[in-house]
Amino acid sequence: MKYIDEFRDGEVAKTLAGKIAALVEPGRRYSFMEFCGGHTHAISRYGLSDLLPESLRLVHGPGCPVCVLPIGRVDMAIKLALDQQVILCTYGDTLRVPASDGLSLMKAKAGVGARSGDIRMVYSTLDALQIARDNPEREVVFFAIGFETTTPPTALAIQQAQREQLSNFSVLCCHVLTPAAISTILESPEVRQWGTVPIDGFIGPAHVSTVIGSRPYEFFAEEYRKPVVIAGFEPLDVMQAILMLVRQVNEGRAEVENEFSRAVNREGNLKAQDRVAEVFELRREFEWRGLSVVPYSALRIREHYAAFDAERRFKLDYRSVPDNKACECGAILRGVKRPQECKIFGTVCTPANPIGSCMVSSEGACAAHYSYGRYKELS
Amino acid sequence: MAGARGVRSDYVRSLDLKHGRVDLTHGSGGRAMMQLISELFARHLGNEYLGQGNDGALLPAPVIDGKPCRLVMSTDCHVVTPLFFPGGDIGCLSVHGTLNDVAVMGATPLYLAAGFILEEGFPLGDLACIVESMANAARQAGVPVVTGDTKVVERGKGDGVFITTTGVGILPDSVQLGGERARPGDVVLVSGTMGDHGVAIMSKRENLSFDAPIESDTAALHGLIAAMLATQADIRCLRDPTRGGLASTLNEIASQSGVGMMLNEKAIPVKPVVVAACEFLGLDPLYVANEGKLLAICAAADAGRLLEAMRAHPLAREAALIGEVIADDHHFVQLTTAFGGRRIVDWLAGDQLPRIC
Repeated sequence: MKYIDEFRDGEVAKTLAGKIAALVEPGRRYSFMEFCGGHTHAISRYGLSDLLPESLRLVHGPGCPVCVLPIGRVDMAIKLALDQQVILCTYGDTLRVPASDGLSLMKAKAGVGARSGDIRMVYSTLDALQIARDNPEREVVFFAIGFETTTPPTALAIQQAQREQLSNFSVLCCHVLTPAAISTILESPEVRQWGTVPIDGFIGPAHVSTVIGSRPYEFFAEEYRKPVVIAGFEPLDVMQAILMLVRQVNEGRAEVENEFSRAVNREGNLKAQDRVAEVFELRREFEWRGLSVVPYSALRIREHYAAFDAERRFKLDYRSVPDNKACECGAILRGVKRPQECKIFGTVCTPANPIGSCMVSSEGACAAHYSYGRYKELS
Repeated sequence: MAGARGVRSDYVRSLDLKHGRVDLTHGSGGRAMMQLISELFARHLGNEYLGQGNDGALLPAPVIDGKPCRLVMSTDCHVVTPLFFPGGDIGCLSVHGTLNDVAVMGATPLYLAAGFILEEGFPLGDLACIVESMANAARQAGVPVVTGDTKVVERGKGDGVFITTTGVGILPDSVQLGGERARPGDVVLVSGTMGDHGVAIMSKRENLSFDAPIESDTAALHGLIAAMLATQADIRCLRDPTRGGLASTLNEIASQSGVGMMLNEKAIPVKPVVVAACEFLGLDPLYVANEGKLLAICAAADAGRLLEAMRAHPLAREAALIGEVIADDHHFVQLTTAFGGRRIVDWLAGDQLPRIC
C-alpha cells in the first residue's frame, strides 16, 4: 500500500539497525521512552526490539488513552448507562476497560442483574450525533476519552450539537493532555531523585503532535535536558527516531527533532487548536491511572457549552477508586516496571480477562507484550 | 365450492413477495406456514427427499466399495449483519459454511438440512432472495437440502433471519485428517488471500460503510479438497479459517497437535484493499474471517505437488506456502515479520476492537 509499505520495508530496517548498532558507544547504555501506545504497538507488532542492540532499552510510556483512564471515570459512564438509562456512545477499546465490581462497559451492555445498558461503539463523534438525532426521546452521552488527537472531534461535535440545538446530546469529557503527563514522569522521584528509571530521551507522539505541533516539547528539551524526536507510528519511523536519539545523546545535545515531518510542523493544526480552546478549558486536576492526580492535566467543557456537559447535566461526582492491589499498571505506566515484572502478568491478568488497563488495548504495554512478545521469557 | 364469480374454497392468494412481510402466522404451523413452505422453500429447494414431506428425510445408507462407510456430520448457525453483502448473502453463506465444515474433514458432502428463524416483519421478497441464493449454492455444490424447519419470532426478538444448516457426508477409510496430526517439519499452506469475507462484510456495516472494491470469498470447497486428496499427498489436516481468521485456526491446530508454528509474514497472501481497510480500522487481517479459503498442513516432501494441484483449481489460484510446524512446548504460533522481527500470533481475546490512537 502506497505511503505505508515504504515505512515497513525490512531491507531499510536492516540498514537502519546496522547504523544504530555502529553508533552506540561501547559500555554506554541508552534508555528511551516511547510515549505513545501507537509506538508501543508498532514496536511489539513488528518485533522491532529484535533489531536493536542489547544496550538500548525502550521504556513504555503512559500514552495509551484507555490505559490512563482511571476506574472512577469508567464507573461514571457505567452509572450513566445503567442508572440514567442513557444511550452511551464511545470508541471501541474503551468498552473493555475494567471498572469497579468486576464490571466494564462491555459487561454493563450485556446486563447486570435485571438491568442492562444501551452502550454503543462508535467510530466517530459524528456517529454519536447521528444517534442523538435518531433518538430524540433518549439522552445520548458520548464518553470522550483520549489525548489531543481525539479532542478536536469532540469539540466539533459539541459545537455542532449547539448549532442544531440537539438538547438530548451531551459529552462525558475525559480528554487528557500529553505535555502534563511528560512533566509528571520527568518530575517523578524515580527519574529525578533516585535515577531508578533512566530516561535518556523521548520518542515523541505522532498523531498528538499533528494537532499540538512540536513546540510544546521544546520545554522538556531545554528545561530537563532530554532530547525528543517526534516519530510516526510506522516501524521505520520508530527506527529512524531511535537513530536520531542515539546521535543526540552521543553528541550531548538535547533538542526537539521531527522525524514525522510528513505530518507534523512546529505550530501544529491551528484550526483544531482554536476549536479546542473555544469549547474546553483546563481542569484544575485530574486523576490518571498510574500517575495519580496530576494538576492541569485534562480538559473540561467551558461554561458556554455547559448544556452539553454530562457531568453538569447528570450531576455526576467523581469518586476515586484504587486499582487492584496486585496490579502494577501504575508502575508500568511510569516506566518503573516492565509488564513481565508484574506478579499477575499472564497468570490472573490476560487480554481475555484484564485486571489492569494496560492489558486491555493492544497499545497497552502489557497487552502488547503478552500478545506479541511473551515467547522471549518462555523460550 | 365454486361460486358464480369463480370463488374457490381452496383458493389461497399467493405470497406477495413484493410487499409482503413475515408475520407470526408464518410460524404457527397452519395454512400460512404451509404456504410459505410450498411457495418459497419447496419451490426453490425442492427435491425427492424434501418432497417426502415428513418430519425427517428418509435417506439411503451410503456405501463405499460395497461397504457401509463412515459418516461426517456438522452443523453451523449463521447470523450475519448485513444479510446481503458484496459477493453473497446469508443464504449461500449458510450452504457454503456447513459444506466446508464437512469437506475439510475429507468427506464428500451428501445432504443438507436447514432451519430458519425468521423475525416478524421481515420482507418476504428478501426471504425469497435468500432462499434462491441457498438453492443456487446447493445446486452448484450438488448437495440437496433434504429437510428443514421454520420458526417465526416476534418483532425485536430476532435479527431478520437466522439460518442453521446441518450437513452429512461420507468419508472413505483411506482419508485420515485431524487437527491433532500436525508434526514438526510439516508445512502450512493456504488456498488464497486472507480476510476478504470479513472486510467485505465490514465495508457494509451500518455505522461504518466505506467503499472497498472487495467481495466475500464465500464458496464451497469440496471440489478443491477432492482435487487435493487425489494427489495422495500426506495431508495431516484441513481447516477453513472462518471466524477468528487464520490466526485462530492455526492456534487451534497448534494446541490440538501440541506443536508450534513459524509463519513468514511476507508469504501470507492478503489483497492490498484488505490491508488498507484493516489499516484504517486498526484490525489485523490474520484475524479476519474467510468463507471460501482453506488451510492445509501437510508433510514437507509433498508440499510441491499439493500446491501445484491447488493452484490448478479456480478457488486456489493464489495458494501459498506460508510457514512450517515446529516443536514448541508452549504451542505458540509465531511470525517472522516482513520487517525482520519476530512476534507471537496469539489467540484473540474477544472481538478485535478498533484502537483509538
